[in-house]
Amino acid sequence: MTEVQTLVKDLANKHGRKRESLIPILQGIIQKDRFISEHAMIEIARELDISSAEVFGTATFYSFLDTDTRGKYVIRVCKTITCSMKGKNQILLSLEDGLKVKVGDTTPDKKFTLLETNCLGWCHKAPAMLINDDVYTELTPESVRQIIEEYKKRDIRVE
Amino acid sequence: MGKKQLRRMDLIFANEHDYKEILSKTLKTPNQYIVEEMINSGLKGRGGAGFPTGLKWKLTAEAKGKTKYVICNADEGEPGTFKDREILTQVSYKVLTGMAVCSKITGAKKGYIYLRSEYKFLVPVLEKELSQFHLLCKENNLDFDVEIFLGSGAYICGEESALMESMEGKRGEPRNKPPFPTKSGYMGKPTVVNNVETLAHTFTIFKYGAKKFRDLGVQDSRGSKLFSISGDTPTPGIYELELGMTVQDFVDDFGDSDCKAVQVGGASGFLVPRKRFKETAIGYQGKLTGISLPTGGSMMLYNSSRSMYNVLDNYLDFFQEESCGQCTPCRVGCQQLVKGIEAVKRGEKKASYLDVLLKLTETMKVTAKCGLGQSVANSFQSIVANFREEMIY
Ligand SMILES: Cc1cc2nc3c(=O)[nH]c(=O)nc-3n(C[C@H](O)[C@H](O)[C@H](O)COP(=O)(O)O)c2cc1C
Ligand code: SF4
Repeated sequence: MTEVQTLVKDLANKHGRKRESLIPILQGIIQKDRFISEHAMIEIARELDISSAEVFGTATFYSFLDTDTRGKYVIRVCKTITCSMKGKNQILLSLEDGLKVKVGDTTPDKKFTLLETNCLGWCHKAPAMLINDDVYTELTPESVRQIIEEYKKRDIRVE
Repeated sequence: MGKKQLRRMDLIFANEHDYKEILSKTLKTPNQYIVEEMINSGLKGRGGAGFPTGLKWKLTAEAKGKTKYVICNADEGEPGTFKDREILTQVSYKVLTGMAVCSKITGAKKGYIYLRSEYKFLVPVLEKELSQFHLLCKENNLDFDVEIFLGSGAYICGEESALMESMEGKRGEPRNKPPFPTKSGYMGKPTVVNNVETLAHTFTIFKYGAKKFRDLGVQDSRGSKLFSISGDTPTPGIYELELGMTVQDFVDDFGDSDCKAVQVGGASGFLVPRKRFKETAIGYQGKLTGISLPTGGSMMLYNSSRSMYNVLDNYLDFFQEESCGQCTPCRVGCQQLVKGIEAVKRGEKKASYLDVLLKLTETMKVTAKCGLGQSVANSFQSIVANFREEMIY
């Protein structure tokens, strides 16, 4: 069995093989791999005995179920009105500069993906962003640079 | 002269140490009495349409079928809303008490909290709270189990029927209504869907009675409400205020003395310009004049340094991305609105094109399938009508 096949089987054992199990399974793939590959979608379809078009249709509907290649750390910067008013653009510039990528792209070493997202619900502490599931608020270009440096180091320790 | 302050309420976040007793007591109270109290309290849904909560529970209780569900809507995606997260962080036991009593009344044995993925960090906190809660249910001989269902980043899944589609493992596309969830909801079974704040308010009613709640607010808008306040204000945050205040009173308290407009109810709500501050009251649609729906209680303040064109463009971009794409008026309409105002701004279209766009929003209001497409007209019309100059130059 490939790694993906094992993962899909484990997730199906945990969440069940019913249609209602689909989203928790897709979320499980994201949790581990940060994006859902075509291969994974086909495996899920086989495991749940539904058409792979259904899996694809469902996954692509949700903005947090990424189907494009993503880095280990997915950064989502809030672009909704209050964050925009409170300096979102400077935050993005700082991130683009620190990571050397543009919004929508992944660093060549597949560590970081930089995205924008809609209202994160931290308007009173704008600007805000998510890195995977962790929230960062009241950002400044400097604090963002520090956070990124911290993540870069964190990674070296892991490997 | 000191700044005039609106009265701050503290019903929702007040810690109630006797909540276990309140739950036991309420679970022993006859259903009919609880439902009557809830209806008398005047509590209406805090998540969107403002449906009377007591009536919703009653309809679901009366619906045919053995299997029923209770769902707590914690999808909180409306721009400028962030109070549900705080309720779940601080007083989730009130929400769970509401769900337990709803379970007793309707006969639902299974409950879900639909939590937006942006709040995933809350899962461990809630899981801990849930394991205690389940013990409490057992002690009270209530056969009820609550599970967290995590969303995946789609604003439309806050709409109750899209939410249930999503829980069923499908694309979050709203269903036709009727049938309403009270009759045919999750898995086609009768289902109560309530907002987090609505459920938290039920606790106040169980503990203090309908009167305490009803005495707050005005006319059709009873009780207090959490407001999420952001934008150009020196004091952003979450505040519990009485319904019925005017926007003027609100701005006097929270504005930065240069406030030119307030967006009430998030991107799908209305923009109230300075000249309307005095005549606009905040509450549910009803007898009040020039009313604005509070929806999730989002209040975004804009001062004179802000371009209302940028504000509208930002909202429309939001709707364009979050439209589920299922029906044409909304899918194509949102795209055309974005393109349209940008073309007018660049001078590629005449100013009169704004009137064509206004008509388009009117069409969307009557032909779109769900609240998302229908309410784009709210902000579009109120911004264009009051700040037309800024749209053009
Ligand atoms: C586009 C759209 C988004 C919505 N988002 C939410 C939401 O995030 N949270 C919520 O409680 N209700 C939301 N609603 C309202 C729900 O459909 C539903 O009316 C509400 O959860 C019922 O609970 P209540 O009666 O306690 O307000 C939304 C409605 C629409 C049309
Ligand atoms: S109005 Fe928009 S969001 Fe609602 S069903 Fe139609 S396309 Fe989907």
